[in-house]
Amino acid sequence: MTDVLTLSHVTKSFGALKVTDDVSFAVAKGQALGIIGPNGAGKSTLFNLITGNFLPDGGTVTFLGRDVTRTPAMARVRMGVGRSFQIPQPFEGLTVFENLLTAGAYGRGLREAEVEADCIAILRDTGLLDRANQLAGSLSLLDRKRLELARAMATGPELLLLDEIAGGLTEGECQVLVATIRGLHAKGVTIIWIEHVLHALTSVVERLLVLDFGRVIGIGAPAEIMASKEVREIYLGMDV
Amino acid sequence: MAHLVTTRTRASTVAAVIALGLVALGLILPAFASRSLIQDLFFILTMLTLAQLWNLIAGFGGMVSVGQQAFVGIGAYAMFAGVILWGWDPVPAILLGGLAALLLAIPMAFFAFRLQGAYFAIGTWVIAEVTRLLVAQWKTLGGGTGTSLPREATSDIIGVAAIADLFGLRDAAARDVMAYWLALLLAVGTMAAIHALLRSRTGLALAAVRDNDNAAQSVGVDARRVKWLVFLAAALMTGLVGALIYVQTARISPDAAFSVTNWTAYVIFIAVIGGIGRLEGPVLGVLVFWALQTAFADYGAIYLLALGLLAIVTMLFAPRGLWGLIADRTGLALFPVQRRLILKGPSDG
Repeated sequence: MTDVLTLSHVTKSFGALKVTDDVSFAVAKGQALGIIGPNGAGKSTLFNLITGNFLPDGGTVTFLGRDVTRTPAMARVRMGVGRSFQIPQPFEGLTVFENLLTAGAYGRGLREAEVEADCIAILRDTGLLDRANQLAGSLSLLDRKRLELARAMATGPELLLLDEIAGGLTEGECQVLVATIRGLHAKGVTIIWIEHVLHALTSVVERLLVLDFGRVIGIGAPAEIMASKEVREIYLGMDV
Repeated sequence: MAHLVTTRTRASTVAAVIALGLVALGLILPAFASRSLIQDLFFILTMLTLAQLWNLIAGFGGMVSVGQQAFVGIGAYAMFAGVILWGWDPVPAILLGGLAALLLAIPMAFFAFRLQGAYFAIGTWVIAEVTRLLVAQWKTLGGGTGTSLPREATSDIIGVAAIADLFGLRDAAARDVMAYWLALLLAVGTMAAIHALLRSRTGLALAAVRDNDNAAQSVGVDARRVKWLVFLAAALMTGLVGALIYVQTARISPDAAFSVTNWTAYVIFIAVIGGIGRLEGPVLGVLVFWALQTAFADYGAIYLLALGLLAIVTMLFAPRGLWGLIADRTGLALFPVQRRLILKGPSDG
C-alpha cells in the first residue's frame, strides 16, 4: 500500500514554545487515523502544517509521493487535501448546493457544470439533499457540520482532514454524522480525524495517534492505545 | 436522476422582458421627452451606475470602500486632460477616464488590501483625499479652483450635430441627449456585466470570499485574485462614469470631482436604502434618493441630516434595505443570481 501522507521529523515553534516537536507518521491510502490529545497539545497546528496554512521550521511533509513542505495551501487543496473546520465556516450567503459548487469548481479546477453531478451525490451521501436550496446561514448545527464535511468532500480530496467535527452535537446527531463518515471511509477516502468524542472516533479509525506537548506519545490500534498506561495518565486521567 | 441547475424564475423572465422594454423606451425617449427630464434621467442613471459598482465591491465583495470618489475624480480629470492638453474629442476622452481610474486602483488596492473592515474604509478615503490634493496641484488643469471644457471642444462633439438635426434640438440640448444615451449604455452595461459575473464561477468565489475568506481559501479559491479583479473592474467603470458626468457638466474642480459626499456618501445611501448585496437594491434606492433630492435639496444641511437619519433607521430596522423588505414578503427576485437545484424524474431519496 502506498502512503498518502508522510510527516517526517516535522517541527514548529511559536516563539519559544514548541507546538510540534519532531512529529513523524504516515497514513496509508484508504486508512483512517484518529488524533487525540489534551487541549493545547498541538493537534490543530498539526492540521495547519498538513494543509499548508503553517510552514514547518524543520522536517518534511510528503503528499502522494511529492514533497509539499513548502507548497502553498491553495495548491495543496488542488492536489487533494480537503479539510473541515472545528467551528463550521459555511458561506452563509450561498445555498448549501452553491457551497458545494464553489468547493467543487475551485478545489478541482473545473467548471460548475462539470461538478454538479458529483455535488448532488455528496449532498445525498451527507443527508443534505433536501436542504440543497437553503441558505447555509440558516442551517442547524448538525447540518452545518454535515456541510463542513460535504464541502470538504466536494473538493475531491485524496486526504480528508476532519477537525472535531462531532464536537457540540447531541448523542443522536453524533451517531448520524459518524455513520456518514463511516460511509465515506468505506468508499476508500483516506481520513485524518482530530476528535475529543472518543467513541465516535474509535468506531471509525483503524489507528490512533496521541499527541501531548507537540510530541507523538503513542500510535497504534485504538484498543492498544487506550490500554496504554501512559496515555491514560496523560490524556484521559480516568478509567475508560 | 436528472437534474437542472438554474438561476431563472418566472419573475426573473418577466423582469427581463420588462427591463428590455424599459431600455428600448429609454433609447427612444429623447424623441419626445423634455430637456429637464433627460437631465434628471442622466443624474439617475449615473448615480445608479455608481451605486451598482459600489454595491459590487461592498455588497457582493465585502470591501466597504469610502474612496470611490477617487475614481470619479481621476476619471473626470483624465478626460479633461485629454480634451485640454491633447485636443481629444470629449466622448472618446471618457475612455481615458476609465484607464486613469484603473491605473490609480492598482496602488490603491496594493495599500488598502492590507487593511480590514473599517480600516479598509478609512484607508480608501485617505487615498482619495491624497489624490484630490495632488490633482489640485495640476496648474494646467486649473489647480485648486478648477477649469471648464473649452467652448470649441464642447461645441464640436462627435455625433452631437447629428442628434441636433435628428430631433431638431439646439446644440446644448443635443449634448444632453448624447450624455444621456451614454449614461444609459453605461448603466445597462454595468448591470448586465455584474449580473453575468455573479452568475459565473467567479461570482461564487466572490460570495465565498465575502462570507468567509479563510474557508474560501480552504476550498481552493484564490481570495486575493478575486478581490483584485472586482476592485479593478469597479474602479475602471467608476472612472468612465466620472468622466461622463464631467463631459455633461463641462466644468470641473478638485473639490467637486473628488467630493466624498456626492460620489460616495450619496452612493452608499442609495445602496443602503435600496438593499445592499442585491442588484435590485440600487435601482429602488436611486429612485428614492432622486425623489428626496428633488423635494428637499433646497434645505441644505437639514436635508443631509435627514438623509443620514433615514439611512441609520434603515440599517437598524431593515438592514437589507427596501428591496430586502419586499423580497422577504414576496420572495421576489428580479435579477436572481442564486443557483437553484431542481431534481427531476424518479427520485430515489
